[in-house]
Amino acid sequence: MTLQIVLTVAAALIGVGLFGTLSQQSIVMVMMGLELVVNGVLLAGGAAWYFLTPSAPDAQMLIVVALVVMAVEMVMGFAATIAIYRARQVDMVDMAKDLRG
Amino acid sequence: MPDMTTPETVATSVAAWGLLPAVALVVAVALALGLVFAALDRVVVAGGDANAMAGPSRTVVRWLVKQRRTTLAPDRLLWRVATGAVPVLAVLSMAVVPIAGRTLWSTSADLVWFNAMEALLWAAVWLVGWGPNAVHALVGGYRFLAQGLAYELPLMFALITAGLAAGSLRTTDVVAAQADLWFVVTMPVAFVVFLASAAAFAFWGPFAAPAGADIAGGVVSELSGVERLLVEAGRAIFLGASAAMGATLFLGGGSGPWLPDALWHLLKTVLLMGLMVVAGRRVPVLRPDRYVEAAWVVLVPVTLLQALVVAVLVLSGMYA
Amino acid sequence: MAGDIAVVTLGMLAVAAGIAVFVVDSMARATFALLASFLAVAGILLALDLVYLAVVTALMMTMEMAVMAIFMIMFMMNPAGLMPMTMVHNARGSAVAGASVFTVLTVGIWTIDWPARQGTQPDDATRQLGESIMGGHMLVMLVIGIGLFATIIAGTVLATQRGRYDRFGPELDARRPHDPVAGGLPR
Repeated sequence: MTLQIVLTVAAALIGVGLFGTLSQQSIVMVMMGLELVVNGVLLAGGAAWYFLTPSAPDAQMLIVVALVVMAVEMVMGFAATIAIYRARQVDMVDMAKDLRG
Repeated sequence: MPDMTTPETVATSVAAWGLLPAVALVVAVALALGLVFAALDRVVVAGGDANAMAGPSRTVVRWLVKQRRTTLAPDRLLWRVATGAVPVLAVLSMAVVPIAGRTLWSTSADLVWFNAMEALLWAAVWLVGWGPNAVHALVGGYRFLAQGLAYELPLMFALITAGLAAGSLRTTDVVAAQADLWFVVTMPVAFVVFLASAAAFAFWGPFAAPAGADIAGGVVSELSGVERLLVEAGRAIFLGASAAMGATLFLGGGSGPWLPDALWHLLKTVLLMGLMVVAGRRVPVLRPDRYVEAAWVVLVPVTLLQALVVAVLVLSGMYA
Repeated sequence: MAGDIAVVTLGMLAVAAGIAVFVVDSMARATFALLASFLAVAGILLALDLVYLAVVTALMMTMEMAVMAIFMIMFMMNPAGLMPMTMVHNARGSAVAGASVFTVLTVGIWTIDWPARQGTQPDDATRQLGESIMGGHMLVMLVIGIGLFATIIAGTVLATQRGRYDRFGPELDARRPHDPVAGGLPR
């Protein structure tokens, strides 16, 4: 078990997540992709702690922050989805193109 | 504060007895506790008729030989996975409960492990309702989701309060910290909330609305044969495991005079199960829309206050 | 050696489940595929001796995915995937972007001269985390706490349709709030 193997898995998760985030039309599926990206960050943080700096707690803190980021992303993502759906029945990102800017 | 420098004083049962015997013991104890809980439940429901004790065993045999039925276009994969997961997760939650003073696996996050198994059970039960593609099962699944969400936080605070007083999330440390005083004395609210949440997560007794008669059996309505057995066994095992965990966290685990530790722990567990059954069966099934609000608005602040009281007691050296 | 095999297997499982999220038609299956990916990562964290973080990841992600399932089914057409469907835009560009990020990261991972392991592993990683969160790294905890609190408020404000005028009338003088669900507490 080496650092490189675990990090490669993390990179694959980030790549797959990025593909999902960019390609999905449904807002909820876009959030699934983002979650997958942060999942890769979790794994990379764990690998950094175990293989590089086990004596320092910083990599563990990174994982805690990543978990919190996921929770915040979920809450705000769903709140925004509900708000825009209430306002104009939008549930796909392509239907809200006028918000770009 | 207990001694922090010796993190692992008690060896796990795997280390002491080998992997297979330890796992077999945990599974056997979990099944036995589940059966005892189901038997007690049946006796109380039958109005104290001791003949009803054999009821669960008879039901087990009946479900084993009963023909299975299915529904139109079910999500077979998720349904199977979920029905299998319910009893497995219930048994896994026993992995951190000390049996004869040793847990199957001991980590610095035992209490979180117990909680995680509960959360997984929660998701699995929703899947049991989703799988059959049937309206009553799905309504039951959604009821359970709302109920579990409302009880998850109070349960978390109840668990963490015990860990706070012990200064450790390891169950064997929590038992050791109760050598002088059982935690139930200083944290009665956490104790009651823990048992109530256990009943809520097994949707049993007053919290049985997800499987209620008003939705034709709800989440379990489309289960038959072995699958019904798996889910019902999982519920009973989880209730038994929660009683054992409750005795560990709040009633001093295996501590007691004269008798060996394991026997004391068993006695306390059975006593707790009796208490849960007698009290739980006296309360009518609660309406979800009512008690979910009560859980959010009353139980969360009350358990937080309980944690605050215990934190102050820890600072004052009460548990040293 | 057994640990290596377990980590590689779990890693492949995590990636396969991650891919399945965007392949399957059923929204329930997609959500639980993502949960499987998280649980596999939690398993790897367990193998890396980060017990607390592994169990907390499993706990939090299970709860998140159960809530996610509700929204997936609420906001997607054809939630059970009884008919095949694809709802994607710019699939090729996205695949190129994902693949190139993976390639760049992987090339970096295998060519960088990684530093040697510094220090020794503590007896108890949970204690190390707890002591730093409540000690040297307390600022992180404070920021997280305030951030989560702000999130709760902002999320509620965005998602709630009814305000106090809907509950207590235009003059705010109704004795009892007019709520669609009565709730269980006396008001």
